[in-house]
Amino acid sequence: MSDIDLNLQIWRQKKSDSPGAFETYALDKISTEMSFLEMLDVLNEKLTKQGLDPVAFDHDCREGICGMCGTVVNGVAHGPEKEVTLCQLHMRNFKDGDTLVIEPFRSRAFPIRKDLLIDRSAFDRIIQSGGYVSVNTGGTPDGNAIPIPAQTAELAMDAAACIGCGACVASCPNGAAMLFTSAKVSQLCLLPQGQTERKQRALDMVATMDKEGFGNCTNERECEAVCPKSISIRNIARLNREYLMAALSEG
Amino acid sequence: MELNAHIPAGPLSEKWDNHKFNSKLVNPANRRKFKIIIVGTGLAGASASATLAEQGYQVQTFCIQDSPRRAHSIAAQGGINAAKCYQTDGDSVHRLFYDTIKGGDFRSREANVYRLAQVSNSIIDQCVAQGVPFAREYGGTMANRSFGGAQVSRTFYARGQTGQQLLLGAYSALSRQIHAGRVTMYNRREMMEIVLVDGKARGIITRNIITGEIEKYSADMVLLATGGYGNAYFLSTNAMASNVTAAWRAHKKGAGFANPSFVQIHPTCIPVHGDYQSKLTLMSESLRNDGRVWVPKDVNDKRHPRDIPDAARDYYLENKYPSFGNLVPRDVASRNAKEQCDLGKGVGSTKLAVYLDFADAIKRDGQETILKKYGNLFQMYEKITDSSPLQEPMMIYPAVHYTMGGLWVDYNLMTTIPGLFALGECNFSDHGANRLGASALMQGLADGYFVISTSVANYLGTNSLKAVSTDDVAFKEARQEVENRISKLLKNSSDGPTGKVTVDEIHKEVGKLLWDNCGMARNKQGLEAALAKLPALKDKFWNSVYIPGDMKEINQSLERAGRVADFLEFAEIMVRDALAREESCGCHLREESQTEENEAKRDDANFSHVSVWEHKGEGVEPVMHKEQLVFENVTPSQRSYK
Repeated sequence: MSDIDLNLQIWRQKKSDSPGAFETYALDKISTEMSFLEMLDVLNEKLTKQGLDPVAFDHDCREGICGMCGTVVNGVAHGPEKEVTLCQLHMRNFKDGDTLVIEPFRSRAFPIRKDLLIDRSAFDRIIQSGGYVSVNTGGTPDGNAIPIPAQTAELAMDAAACIGCGACVASCPNGAAMLFTSAKVSQLCLLPQGQTERKQRALDMVATMDKEGFGNCTNERECEAVCPKSISIRNIARLNREYLMAALSEG
Repeated sequence: MELNAHIPAGPLSEKWDNHKFNSKLVNPANRRKFKIIIVGTGLAGASASATLAEQGYQVQTFCIQDSPRRAHSIAAQGGINAAKCYQTDGDSVHRLFYDTIKGGDFRSREANVYRLAQVSNSIIDQCVAQGVPFAREYGGTMANRSFGGAQVSRTFYARGQTGQQLLLGAYSALSRQIHAGRVTMYNRREMMEIVLVDGKARGIITRNIITGEIEKYSADMVLLATGGYGNAYFLSTNAMASNVTAAWRAHKKGAGFANPSFVQIHPTCIPVHGDYQSKLTLMSESLRNDGRVWVPKDVNDKRHPRDIPDAARDYYLENKYPSFGNLVPRDVASRNAKEQCDLGKGVGSTKLAVYLDFADAIKRDGQETILKKYGNLFQMYEKITDSSPLQEPMMIYPAVHYTMGGLWVDYNLMTTIPGLFALGECNFSDHGANRLGASALMQGLADGYFVISTSVANYLGTNSLKAVSTDDVAFKEARQEVENRISKLLKNSSDGPTGKVTVDEIHKEVGKLLWDNCGMARNKQGLEAALAKLPALKDKFWNSVYIPGDMKEINQSLERAGRVADFLEFAEIMVRDALAREESCGCHLREESQTEENEAKRDDANFSHVSVWEHKGEGVEPVMHKEQLVFENVTPSQRSYK
């Protein structure tokens, strides 16, 4: 355990429509045991005591599962450590004297609301357009009446582990939401429960993705590299196949 | 305050069916005429929103996060119980009922808990139908595990992310209704006040977190599904935004608050490492299946744990509780860890931790087997602490995890305010003085998917509600109250931060006061001292809190300040409740109430009741009412783990 001094360059922007710029802050004696967000807490407490506006950033569970936190740190979404969200990134990943450039997840579809805090409701609208099995509450068959091979359940679970943080979009040179969308399409197309609406789901979710202003996939694989839950781009291949089959037979 | 639990007539196993039959219905064609407000989108709120919208009601749903998918139910790891008895191991609805009521140390209502066990099976079916990827056996049937010391395997799970998968299932059902136009979803809204018209809950006032706008919404009834209040302690395993505000506002408008001192403290969390710590991380208690808990015998033993020989170690749980050993229930494990640390035997830099050692298990079963069971937990631990449990023992310490107390509700889940209902962790209903593992997910979904729709129809079918709009004077007044309170919060901030305190400083102070005096073990003296300190802390907050920025913008300091203001008031009834309950029960040891062997001693003759607090006005002492608990089907027994 040790303390490090840091030089922070943080994106500050008052509102969606106001211009933003990087501001520089020196932060001393940061324990390497701290999480990245705790480091931001310390900065905010310091700014508050100086009468300055603290940095707005989204966060909630702080255990890597809610998907609410996330910024780009030195060019990498969720920072330098693999397979973690920003809240699970610890300061021992940095050295004394490091400069950290911290900016929001940037995408045409994710407007900045303030500083590092963005609007990801486009993701909700993608799910709303088909990311479900249309069953009402009650009247469903016994759980064991739908047998699912363990391997299939595991594959579906791999895809379902997506936390909807948006790091994939922020890292894609095209601002594509393919990893996010394909994770949900994959989960449901792998499972027997998702078969009835399989084709329409793929068509509708892709259409919404396009409508929201997300870009197209050109196999850059940046999304997979930063995904805190290791969602594989195999899901994107699966989505492409689902979409093509649906477009050919339904479209 | 009248406390009628409205428990239906008939034998225990027929009460729920009788109740459903005797409840009024609303004709499907008429349902669209009724508006329902639901606050919160965790398991209870999201499942209720989806279910009621499917049935045809007009639903308005509110959440504090940027998306309903983020609610803190998402963080539950272990699993969800149901009485499916897929393993043919002797489980049944009655056994799940009995285990839950016994686990709650006989401080919950028989009828409610029985209903919970009854609907548990439907929850699993519902979630499977939604496409929740539960773990499966190789033959394709559903997998189960034994959890939290249960003698049957009734826990369903999706890896270590059961809460996430169940929440995403409910979120997908909710999303479908949003798409269909039957739910209007309001993200990034914080509920600031409940609005009563003619004594009935008819709407809410919210703050739009993005614009700072104070907004009014009206409806025919209001459902709160706003979670627990563990963040009163500042450090807990709760998400940062979890708070008591919605429940507290309801309480101040007339909703009784039940058992506020019933707080579960989970034994296997990653210890605190510094003043800057913002939250605590829970690790599944399944770790205690193979890990051995110990501390050095000698307070001054500064050696590395690997260099301390067995003879110099105190495996205190195994020594004290030979038959259960490291698998004693959560409260016993937590309390003993604290006791060892209080004796100065704690380990690590803060001395507030005990060892959980896997060395013997690795020697016995091999590294591969242990990693298969706990690999993801070991990885999580290593990421946070930079220490590998394969090389050296883990360090653990208890942390505030779940609050069994909450708004008092009757069998219909209605609070003492007509038309105001409470679901999930924000009510007090099913877990008594201690919640069993894998039961929180079950209760949230039971309330939302399978219980509340009967109550909603019955309430709307038995009350003739006059039309109200947000232009009514009650809404204007409530909005004014909210604006006044925010102005009051900001009043110290115009002349800068010099000589002021920050929101977090006060929150940490009240949190520590509660942890020290109103935690796992309490005594009269400590509680009275805490009660005496609270008014000064409250004054310090209101007179010198500094909040940068203003109310008409994104202002995260202001959001936190509003929550801390309510925690400060709420802390008082927590402490009062703990003082009034002069027995040890469930999660809590009241130090004056112990057996000769220093174990918790429950006092059924004097405390077999729910304590329900009534707000009597600012600066006036709250009044406690009692709902006597009647046990007709089970006989309260004293727990023993020796």
